[in-house]
Amino acid sequence: MRPMRSITAGLLALAVPLNAAATITIKGSDTLVILNQKWAEAYRAKNPGVSIQVTGGGSGTGIAALINGSTDICAASRPMSRKEKLSLRDRFNTLGVEIPVARDGLAVYLNDSNPVKELTLRQVEQIYRGKIANWKDVGGEDAKIILYSRENNSGTYVYFKDNVLQGRDFSPMAQSLPGTAAVVNAVVKDKRGIGYGGAAYAKGIKFCPIKKTDGDAAYEPTLEHVKSGKYPISRDLYFYVRSKPSGDIKSFIGWVTGPEGQELVGQVGYFPIR
Amino acid sequence: MSRRAAESAIEAVIRVSASLAIVGLVLIFVFIGKEALPVLLSQEVRQEAGLSRLFLPQSPEPSEPKEFAWQPISAIPKYSLLPLLTGTIKATVVALLFALPLALGAAVFSSEFAPSWLREIIKPSIELLAGIPSVVLGFFALMVMATYIQDLLGLDYRLNAINAGIALGLAVIPIVFTVAEDALTAVPQSYREGSIALGATPWQTAWRVVLPAAFPGIFAACVLGFGRAIGETMIVLMASGNAAVLSLSPTDPLRTLSATIAAELGEVVHGSPHYHVLFFIGTLLFLFTFATNLLGQAFVERLKQRLSGSRL
Repeated sequence: MRPMRSITAGLLALAVPLNAAATITIKGSDTLVILNQKWAEAYRAKNPGVSIQVTGGGSGTGIAALINGSTDICAASRPMSRKEKLSLRDRFNTLGVEIPVARDGLAVYLNDSNPVKELTLRQVEQIYRGKIANWKDVGGEDAKIILYSRENNSGTYVYFKDNVLQGRDFSPMAQSLPGTAAVVNAVVKDKRGIGYGGAAYAKGIKFCPIKKTDGDAAYEPTLEHVKSGKYPISRDLYFYVRSKPSGDIKSFIGWVTGPEGQELVGQVGYFPIR
Repeated sequence: MSRRAAESAIEAVIRVSASLAIVGLVLIFVFIGKEALPVLLSQEVRQEAGLSRLFLPQSPEPSEPKEFAWQPISAIPKYSLLPLLTGTIKATVVALLFALPLALGAAVFSSEFAPSWLREIIKPSIELLAGIPSVVLGFFALMVMATYIQDLLGLDYRLNAINAGIALGLAVIPIVFTVAEDALTAVPQSYREGSIALGATPWQTAWRVVLPAAFPGIFAACVLGFGRAIGETMIVLMASGNAAVLSLSPTDPLRTLSATIAAELGEVVHGSPHYHVLFFIGTLLFLFTFATNLLGQAFVERLKQRLSGSRL
């Protein structure tokens, strides 16, 4: 899917000079792409002089574009790594500016017909590392667990690996799909499937309630539980810019983090930062 | 400007365009090869991803058993190419098993048995299949075909080698069909007339006379089909499940070399071992397809000589 996306991006870039309006480009996280589009639409409706172009591709792609200077704003579902910050410094003599714009609970998806009621964080880890391979070991039917994961260039993949798998490798049987929507679609079609991704994408599947440890209660990724930190797999979503924003970019980011922008966050299914 | 000068100018232009194509090919190979070389030469890259790490089993930690794993984003990156090679070969074999009988059968029917009006329908229809963008075939396999195949065979995995192979086969059929059909129709009419005159049935003529005469061309068709299947990216990226499993079972998901490049190159840190390994994979694929296409061409050449009688 990636080549298609960059072709689209290329065509959009070609169209720019025809447009006299100021243009802001946002590139990066697929998790944020829907929200970015909503923001862009709403902001453009209020400020017709500004045109905002949104592209996905993954957090890594967005950060690379920020380092290459080919995007104004990078949308990322993970913080920039030290290495990435250093490359940015080499190129632009800045460590970048990080602006949290929304909060996201990383949901674990199960098919609607799956009888499993809850999982501990440890069980999710064991399942994705291939140590638990049958649903009956976690209170489900006697059936093989089919693992759906993301390609290793996705911020969601890295976040899940670092925070749920504790940095260990995914099982080789985990199938990598090109986007969260593809993972959701796979779990919808596969009653033995398990997937993970933003809570925003889920339609036609259920979120598995997650317990931090055996002794804790299980929580679903709802607004309240993500905000309070009771839901154990949650994260901030960021905008990155190269230097302290000014002009059109500053007013756009101010609007995004303000009440109007944050109201849209809720509508898309994420969680506002305040 | 005289007519003669104009003609030689035109000749020069087309001469340049022909050489540009060759120069392009060479430059592509040089560029990909150059980016792949550090896998063999650079001390730093070899430490993380040398040939032994690409092809021999590695144990990630001394306590764990040796294994072949493709886990490039990891605390200890693992770059074993074996799961990817197996995946590529598995998808290709399934694709050829599905596509070759269909394509060759259709070619024999179309050239030997079909009345000419039917042939005028069959040939363009199958060739139209080549016009379907591979992303559409992949999407069809991902969304529709996978479910039917899983239900039909009662498989654990929705996305597996059978699903990817059949989708790949759909892309291979028109290539094999076109080349094989051309090879069959290129067999001189006098062969058929002679065979029929000696009392052979049309089937005997097709099987014993025309097919052997066209064999090099048919072989070339198969080789070209193989080349297409091994290098195709979009279909396998969408329909295979992309799990780098070392397994020979056609019901397991797989990850091919080409899909790995497509999925990972957009993101990789420029100049890292992972980057060079991806180019190394590209070089391997290039060599595979180049060698098979060359082989195919050589056989077409042989067919032409054989049928023109210069080397009977």
